[in-house]
Amino acid sequence: MIANTMTPIGLAFSGVLVLITVAISLWRGLDLGPDILVACGRAAAQLTLVGAALHLVVDDDDPLILSWLWIVAMIAFAAVTTQRRVGSAHRIVGLAALAFATATAVCVAVLFGFGVFELQGRALVPLAGMMVGNSLGATVLVCTRLAAEADEHRNEIEARLALGLSGSAAFAPHVRRALRQALIPQIERTKSVGIVFLPGAMVGLVLAGVDVSEAVLVQAAVMFLVLGSVTMTTAVMALGLSARFFTADHRLRATTGRS
Amino acid sequence: MNTSNLALNGVSVAAADRQVLDGVDLTIEATGFTVIAGPSGAGKSSLLRLLNRLDVPSSGTVTWRGDDLSTLDVCAHRREVGYVAQHPVLFEGTAADNLAVADPSLSPDGRRALLARVGLGDIADQEARTLSGGEAQRLCLARTLATGPKVILADEPTASLDAEATRLIEQLAVDLARRDAVAWIWVSHDPAQIGRLADTVVVMADGTVEATGTIADLATHTDPTVRQAVGAQ
Repeated sequence: MIANTMTPIGLAFSGVLVLITVAISLWRGLDLGPDILVACGRAAAQLTLVGAALHLVVDDDDPLILSWLWIVAMIAFAAVTTQRRVGSAHRIVGLAALAFATATAVCVAVLFGFGVFELQGRALVPLAGMMVGNSLGATVLVCTRLAAEADEHRNEIEARLALGLSGSAAFAPHVRRALRQALIPQIERTKSVGIVFLPGAMVGLVLAGVDVSEAVLVQAAVMFLVLGSVTMTTAVMALGLSARFFTADHRLRATTGRS
Repeated sequence: MNTSNLALNGVSVAAADRQVLDGVDLTIEATGFTVIAGPSGAGKSSLLRLLNRLDVPSSGTVTWRGDDLSTLDVCAHRREVGYVAQHPVLFEGTAADNLAVADPSLSPDGRRALLARVGLGDIADQEARTLSGGEAQRLCLARTLATGPKVILADEPTASLDAEATRLIEQLAVDLARRDAVAWIWVSHDPAQIGRLADTVVVMADGTVEATGTIADLATHTDPTVRQAVGAQ
C-alpha cells in the first residue's frame, strides 16, 4: 500500500519537481516562476484545508447532512465561478446553479439508488466534486459558444424566425453546434482513458493498494458519471440560456444581454 | 374594420443614437406592388422589419387587417406576411432541405414543384451554399413561398444581383402577384426598378413618410426629392 508510506518528508522531496519547473521557467525566460510557486503553495494549502474539512464528512459516524451541505456549497461556488468566467452580459448564476444541481441530483440518484456506491460521505462528497468540477469548464464553454452563435449568426436566426419558426426552433441548429463543441472534449477524454492517460481516481486507488480490477470498475463508473454530469449540466444550461436570447414574441434580443 | 392591409399608426423607432422612424402613419393595401423608396438611412428596412415583427416600435402600433400585431400569433403572422432579406441567407444542406425548414411537411415532389416555380426545378439536391447569388435569392423566395404568404416583404432583394438575375427575380415577382395574388412590399432606391414594378410608391426620408401615391402622382410632386425618387426631374 504505497500511499501509506507517504510522509511530509516525501512530499518535500516531490517539491524538487516544482523547483525543476521553476528552473525551466528561468532558463527559457518564461517569467512564470512566481506564478508556479504561488500555484503550488496555494494547491498545498487548499488541499490541507480540504483534507481537514473532509474529516468532517468521510468518517463512518459523520452525519450525512454535512455531506449534502458540502455539495450545496460546491454547486453555489461553481455557479458563481461560471458567472464570473462568462462575464456580466448575462445573469446566469441562478441558471448555472439549477444546471449543476439537476445533473448532480440525477447522477447521485443513479449511483446511490442502484447501489453502485454505498451512500456515505466518503463516496458522496468526492463523487459530487468530480461531477461539478468536470462540468464547470464545459458549462462555461457552452455559454460562451451560445452567445457567439447568437451574435455571429444573427441573419440566419432571423431568416428562420421570418419563416414563422419559434425562437427555440430558429436557434436549435446553433444550440446543437454549441453543445457538440462543449461535449466533444469530454467524449475524447473518455475515449482515451487507459490508453493516453490513467485517470486520477484509478491511480489513487491503485496507489492506495486497492486491487487493480476493482480500481478499473470504480474508474469506469466515475467516467460514466462525469460524462453524464457534463452532458446534463450543459444541456440544462444551453436550454435555459438560449431561451433568454428571445422575447416572448419570438424576436432575437441583442446578445449583449440587454432586452 | 377587417380590411386586408398593413398599417402603421404613429409609429416611432428609436435607436441608441438616432430616431430611425418618427411618428409614421401609413396604410399599405395588401395587393399588387407597393414600393418603399428613399435614400439610405430613410428607415425603409426598419419599416419592413416592423411589418414582419422582427422588431417592435418604441411607440405607436402596427396592424394587419386591423389587428395589432402584438395581439396576434407572431409565428402565424410571419408565415402570412413573409420576408426576404437583401442578402440571401441560406441554411446548411441542400436546396430541398432549405424548403423543409419553412415547411417540414412538404413532400419531395412538393419541394421540387416549389423550386420549379422559381425556375430552380433541377437543383433540389444541390448544396444550397454553392448556388450563385441570383439562384440563392430565388431559393430564399421559394422558401418564403413555402409558408403560403399573402404578402411578401422584400428588402432590396436585387441590390446585390447582376442585371440578368435582377430581371429574373422581378419577372418572378410579377408572375406571383398576377397568378397567385401575392402582394409585394418592396424596398428599392432604383428609380428604373420602381418604374418597372410599382403600383404605389411610398417615399421616405429621415424616418418619415414624405409622400405616397402612384408614379404619375409623385412625378409632379412639389418636393424635388420625391420626384427624384421615382425618376422624374
